[in-house]
Amino acid sequence: MAQGFTSQMARNIFYGGTAFFVLLFAALIFDTEQRIPERSKSAEITPAVVRGKHLWETRNCIGCHTLLGEGAYFAPELGNVYKRRGPDFIKAWIKAQPTGAPGRRQMPNFHFTDAQLDDMVEFLKWTNGVNTENWPPNIEG
Amino acid sequence: MQTATLKFQSQSVSRLYFIAAIGLFVGQIVFGLTLGLQYLIGDLAFPAIPFNIARMVHTNLLIVWLLFGFMGSAYYLIPEEADTELYSPLFAKILFWIFLVAGAATILGYLLVPYATLAEWTGNDLLKTMGREFLEQPLPTKVGIVIVALGFLFNISMTVLKGRKTAISLVLLMGLWGLALMFLFSFVNPSNLVRDKMYWWFVVHLWVEGTWELILGALLAFVLVKTTGVDREVIDKWLYLIVTMALVTGILGTGHHFFFIGLPGYWHWVGSVFSALEPIPFFMMTLFAFNMVQRRKREHPNQAAVLWAVGTAVMGFLGAGLWGFAHTLSPVNYYTHGSQVTAAHGHLAFYGAYVLVVIAMISYAMPILRGREANPKRAQSVEMWSFWIMTIGMGVMVLALTGAGILQVWLQRMPTENAMSFMNTQDQLRFFYWIRVAGGVMFLAGLLTYLTSFFIGPAADEVETGRARLQAA
Repeated sequence: MAQGFTSQMARNIFYGGTAFFVLLFAALIFDTEQRIPERSKSAEITPAVVRGKHLWETRNCIGCHTLLGEGAYFAPELGNVYKRRGPDFIKAWIKAQPTGAPGRRQMPNFHFTDAQLDDMVEFLKWTNGVNTENWPPNIEG
Repeated sequence: MQTATLKFQSQSVSRLYFIAAIGLFVGQIVFGLTLGLQYLIGDLAFPAIPFNIARMVHTNLLIVWLLFGFMGSAYYLIPEEADTELYSPLFAKILFWIFLVAGAATILGYLLVPYATLAEWTGNDLLKTMGREFLEQPLPTKVGIVIVALGFLFNISMTVLKGRKTAISLVLLMGLWGLALMFLFSFVNPSNLVRDKMYWWFVVHLWVEGTWELILGALLAFVLVKTTGVDREVIDKWLYLIVTMALVTGILGTGHHFFFIGLPGYWHWVGSVFSALEPIPFFMMTLFAFNMVQRRKREHPNQAAVLWAVGTAVMGFLGAGLWGFAHTLSPVNYYTHGSQVTAAHGHLAFYGAYVLVVIAMISYAMPILRGREANPKRAQSVEMWSFWIMTIGMGVMVLALTGAGILQVWLQRMPTENAMSFMNTQDQLRFFYWIRVAGGVMFLAGLLTYLTSFFIGPAADEVETGRARLQAA
């Protein structure tokens, strides 16, 4: 490194660079915040959707499935499962678990009530409507 | 074998942290192997330990043991850099036991209580924070993490304030404060999933591709200063430039997670451009490590520590840099997002950057904590073997997962019609999953080899030269 370039100068570049990009990031996040309601159709977030999200979280679904591509890669993507399977299949499937097929991956039974199953479907239905820039590439997720 | 004493007695608290870190690391790998097998034998351990529970234990143990490693490293490094005793060694010990007990209780909670019940018992309804990937901890654990982190930061910050302020300790402090600050976003869980996901990345991305890189840089610089004896002015400049590039690319690089989760389209550009630059700081770290070793002013007797340090730089570049770059551009990520390619990258990046840097620190500090400058030659040789066995085992795993990911993309993502379903695709990936398990077994063998290195004494002739040296002195 050049003689004239001291560690103080390097430190100042670090502080300046970091501050600049933190501010730029904050500005972008601020703008993004304004657009989230429209892109996620937040007006359609009913109490049932909120309850469904809570079920999704407290049953740790993300520990096996992906949702909009994030989560574990052990079980199918569920961001578009509403479109792929439809509401009745989703409810029947959840109720039928575990399949008990030897050697196959097993999903626990969560003993949901019918009302809870409806909430779950409402959450997945709303999620399916989020503008994900056309992801996933096809219906299989 | 030369004896050595700690510069400051209070550095010895780090030993507790290092031992806990290694113990939890073993647990993490055991659960990792279970998960690898569950990919092949779907009903293995079901319903006792379903996949999601084992995964939660695997990833949470990783986070907790790395935090133990970071804290232990800081307790060792900060007094030496600040040239003064730790502000309160007793406080450090108390926090250690709090963190260990809280961590163990959380893991037992995952294993013994259904997750929904655990959520109910721990007040998740007061503030809903559970059930999001990596942030599954119950509310009391999250609050405990904040308290322990604040206590820890208070302790080391007071130490730095009363002592010498070096570039290494300042960068480390900023990294650790940043880590604690970003963790506060784990308490943010809006009912809008899109918003939830965005702030979730404030923790996850701005940890591993932001603040943690500062910690990584500082620890690496410390081990290199100590083992190569290169002038600080040179090392400080490198360190500042590396962490500058890490944050300049990493902060806006967060955008590479925002492509397909409901956020505006401009993130495709911001995320692609800046995250494509993220390998630069890792490449600089590689240059830095090799450069310092080449320009070394001394032959440090602990060559194992040098190997771990150089290994960190190289594997961090491969895992975080190259494997990250491979799928970070938006048009590529459109197909690979949430596939086994992501898993491949995650494994190599965490191992290369964070696992290895913590072991490099342990490898450098532990002999001194045990009263000698370096371990006996035979022990070091076993340690170096363990580096290669673990690294090659990880390499096998990552190549297998990459192969699985490419085939998965080909079968399930690329076809515009009649794409294969998720589960049918999984059946086609079994060959790769078996190789992944083999890599995992090798990794565990390497880890066990590493453990044995702590119990290997000097050879007979080494004891003799050690005595002769002592007498001469």
